[in-house]
Formats: sequence, C-alpha cells, structure tokens
Amino acid sequence: MFSLPDFQTLAQTVQNPTNSDVERALAARHPSLHDLAALISPAAESFLPEMARRSALITARRFGKTTQLYAPIYLSNFCTNRCAYCGFAANNRIARRALSFDEAEAEAEILSSRGFRHILLVSGEAEQVVDVEYLETIARRLRDKFAAVSIEVQPLSTADYTRLFRAGITAVAVYQETYDPELYRQVHLSGKKTDYHYRLETPARAAAAGMREVGIGALLGLNDWRAEGLAIGLHLAWLRKNFWSTAFTVSFPRLRPAAGAFQPLVVVSEKNLSQLIFALRIFDPDVGLLLSTREEARYRDGMLGLGPTRYSAGSCTAPGGYANPGETDGEQFSVGDERTMEEVSAAIIAKGFDPVSKDWDSAFQGTNV
Amino acid sequence: MLTDPLVIAGHSFSSRLFLGTGKFSSSTVMKEAIAASGSEMVTVALRRVNLDNPEDDIMAALDRDRCLFLPNTSGARTAEEAIRLAHLARAASGSSWLKLEVTPDPRTLLPDPIETLKATEELAREGFIVLPYMNADPILALRLQDAGAAAVMPLGAPIGTNQGILTVFQIEIIIDQARVPVVVDAGIGAPSHAAFAMELGADAVLVNTAISVAGDPVAMARAFAQAVEAGRTAFIAGMGSRGKQAQASSPLTGTLAADLGFLA
Repeated sequence: MFSLPDFQTLAQTVQNPTNSDVERALAARHPSLHDLAALISPAAESFLPEMARRSALITARRFGKTTQLYAPIYLSNFCTNRCAYCGFAANNRIARRALSFDEAEAEAEILSSRGFRHILLVSGEAEQVVDVEYLETIARRLRDKFAAVSIEVQPLSTADYTRLFRAGITAVAVYQETYDPELYRQVHLSGKKTDYHYRLETPARAAAAGMREVGIGALLGLNDWRAEGLAIGLHLAWLRKNFWSTAFTVSFPRLRPAAGAFQPLVVVSEKNLSQLIFALRIFDPDVGLLLSTREEARYRDGMLGLGPTRYSAGSCTAPGGYANPGETDGEQFSVGDERTMEEVSAAIIAKGFDPVSKDWDSAFQGTNV
Repeated sequence: MLTDPLVIAGHSFSSRLFLGTGKFSSSTVMKEAIAASGSEMVTVALRRVNLDNPEDDIMAALDRDRCLFLPNTSGARTAEEAIRLAHLARAASGSSWLKLEVTPDPRTLLPDPIETLKATEELAREGFIVLPYMNADPILALRLQDAGAAAVMPLGAPIGTNQGILTVFQIEIIIDQARVPVVVDAGIGAPSHAAFAMELGADAVLVNTAISVAGDPVAMARAFAQAVEAGRTAFIAGMGSRGKQAQASSPLTGTLAADLGFLA
C-alpha cells in the first residue's frame, strides 16, 4: 500500500536544496527522489533554462518530434460531492445534465469527424446517474470508433476497472487534488470523495485491473506546489515499482475560474508550472505529461516540445457541449485555449512537431470479450 | 563489384539499412528520409496507423513499390496481443511480414523473451514471416530461429537510447551461431554505431530515433546509408585483428612471402 511521509516533511524537503544539489541533480544519470526535490526547489529557479534544455532533449529522444492529441467528452455533471474548488460541486446551482447513450455517441461522432482518435470520458461522481454499467455500455458503443478511450470518473474497485478494461476502456485518470491530508479534509466538504485514502489507492487498483495507462496529478492552486510535486514523484515512483507493465501519465491542472466563486488558495505561475514539468520529465524520462486546455494557447505553444507529450484540443467541459456549443452554464471550468483541433494541430506543425491523433489501437484489447 | 544482397525469406534486399517510422516531425520529412536512406525495408507501428484508411498519413507516404512494408506490434504486452495485431495487419495489408515486438515494460521497452518465443512459434506456424525483436541473448536467438523466425533482431541497447552496441559480446556470438540473418535493432545512435555493427558481421541494422530526431533527418539518413555500406564492405574485405603492439604496415615478411611460396 502506498503511503506518503508526513506532508510537512515533504514541504520542508523541497525548500532545503542548494545550488550544488541542483547541479548534481542535473548531472545525475538516474535522478533520485532527492534529485527531484532539488529540481523542484526554489534553488532550481535560476537553472530553469538549463532544465528546459535537458527536459526537451529527453522528451525528443523518448517521444520524438510528436505531440499526441485528445479531447474530453463530459458525460454528466451530476455530483454528490462538495469540493470547494469545483464547478460541479453538489451545492452549485448549475444546469445539471447526464447524456443518454445516444447523446454520448453523438458527441463522440462529432469528435471523430474532427479527427480525434483518443478520447477521455469525464463525469462527476453520482453513482445513481453514472455507474459502471453506464460506462461499460458507452465503452462498448464507442470502442470501434476510437483507438483509445480513457475515463476520468469517480474512483472504482479493481473488479469494476477489470470490467471496464474488458469493455474497451484503455486508461484511467484520477487526480489526488492535494496530497496533503489536512488540506484535503478542508476542501472536500462532503460526499464519498472525502475519503483521502480510498482516492490515493485508486491508481493502484486501476493498474492492478490491467489498465494500460494510469494518470495521476494534483490540482495546482490549492497548496504549496513544490510539496505536491514531490508527492507526485513519490507516488509515481511507487507505482512504477509495483506495476512495472503499466504506463503512467501526470497532469498539471491549474485552477481556473469556475462556478461557486472559489479563488485559488495559492498562485502557481506559468514559471512555477514549467519548473514542475521540467523537473518531472528529468526525473522520469518515460512518463506521459499532459497539458490541457485549462492553459492558454500562448503558454501551450511555448511549452511544445519542452516536456509535455499530450495536449487536449477543442475541449468543451459541459455535457453535450459539442452538439450544443452555446450552452456553457453547465461546464466544469472555462477553458484557457479555445482553439479548434485544426488550429492546435497547425500550431504544433508550425513548431516542427507532428500532431498525432492515433497512437493506440482498440485491437490490443480484443474485440469479443 | 559483386552484388551482395541480403536475403530474408526468399526476398532480396540491396540495402542493409532498415528504417523505423516513429518520432518524425512530419510524414513528409519521413518520406524524404526514407528515400535518402535507400532503405528497402520500413517498419511501421500498427498502433500509429489506420490500415483501413487509404489516406492514412504514414501509409500514404510509403512507396511500397520500393520498400517492403514491415508492420510491427509495438505496444503489445503479451503474445496474445501481438498475435491479434498480426492477424489484423495481415487481413488489412495482405502481407505476412511482421516485426514482432512484445514489450511489457513501457519504460525500457525491453522485449519479453518468453512471450516473444510463444508468439513466434504460433505466427510462424500460421505462415507469417516473423522478425522478432529480442534481447541480445544467443540461446534465445537459436530458440527463435528454431521456432521459425525468418531473421532475428537483437538489440544493441534499449530502444531510443542512442547508446550504441552495448551488447557487442552477445551480438558476436549470435552472428557466429545464427543460421538466419541477424539484424541489429535498437540503440544505434550514430552512423559509427551502425558501421561497427556491420563490421561485426551483422546482416543489417534497423535505425529510427537517431534519424527521426536528428537536426536534419534527411542528411542523417544519407549518413547512415554510407556507414552501413562502409561497415559491410569492411566486413567482407576482412577486418584486421586488433593488437596491443605496433605492427609495421610494410612488414619484412611481405617480401619473403613471394620467395617462400607457402606463406602466400
């Protein structure tokens, strides 16, 4: 079972490194968790250009001159949790909606016609609306249209993940939001999500069920991002040791303006976010790094090739948003990059990279299970 | 000069440089690099292409009259998955050629010897022309050959690392023992590495990252073609042995040999 050291210890550990620790980390052949702490530390800020160069080189060698593209489909914004930072929180007065199977398929058709082959199914946590059977049915209906179908929904049991894997779900993303148990209690006011440990153990359950890829991350803007970054590194390293045949990704969702008037508790700048991305890339050359449309076009273009390997594009964060582009009052957050798939692809090509829409195949998981 | 073709499963190749198609900045650059390399065998990850779609970027960029299309099972974690992909590839492309990759560890992408052997046995039985990617294990090379592999593809170093031929000791044994062609795959990061593999007696090399991620992939493809040719020519010419002591380049025995006859 994964367990973290005391969060205050992590927070202290990322403050301590000196310039020479950073230099050692940058020269390490196999950077350790101590090296990661050094790369995330305040001391490493003056090494950012060197970190960016190193990160870009490692990324090019491992992932080539390519950037993968995906888009989310929001299935439902019903939610039984009250999370202080989230637009879907149960107490927020927003238009609630869950897609029928046909509506979900219509959203998928739109994304397919725009050229997407990797999609991410997202929903709030409301088991009476979106349960395993609902997800299983959608997976079976969509699997032949897409190369890969991932989910970002409520935490499930290993048995349920196995069921969804057999139905064609390829990957699971579940973000801890904050690895600090005390703060976690403060921002998760009610609902099943208040169970910190059940959520923390979710990536391991998904990996144990055979999922090809598991995504982790923390919501940036709640807490000391350096300490959260080190916690992500510890979690990733533990998952690597225990699930050696699973691919892992890390996301960096920065808090965006959302319904409920919650303001970020701490400011995480683009410079901070970049440092965290470079540090994790140098620490783990093989991890997939996602940069979603939460970030603005200018920043996403600037980061192309420097570490991130996967971008979302043309995203709507409200259920049914692709078929009804005008309706935004049911969205989870407003996006920072509103460009279409074609526009994002053009920006990727302009930077000398290949926008890759297909990098998996549903055939890996069989078709008659 | 005598032609020196490489023959795999009855198919003759005049170039001994095989190319991978991953990591290129565009399919146009890929196409130009393949042309510059002179390669006649190009491998494509099935996960990256849509064989049913004739307009697929990568497939459309391949000149299949000049290059043999070698689909690969990159991403497969088990023999079962690799076999399933092989069936799909054959159904969609009509070709039985297959580069078998079974790499359960997504970090190192090192090949699983047990699953690779299982899949080779099954696919060879079904009539596939199987070229398995394998760790540089001499006994495994023999087992794969006996299972029906048309060639073996031992690694020089983990894929994408550009580390060169780190497995030289094992590769030499494999070349010495194998009945089927030996194609050194993975880890070749510079033309000198490719030349070195060819000097050892490898039948061919497969290169991808070193070309696709180069500053100028087309020029680098040309450099690899030259290196492979130089290495092959050197191997056929007969490499001198290495020694620690200086050897005169015009030794006295050179004049004696003619006189003595039996030394010639």
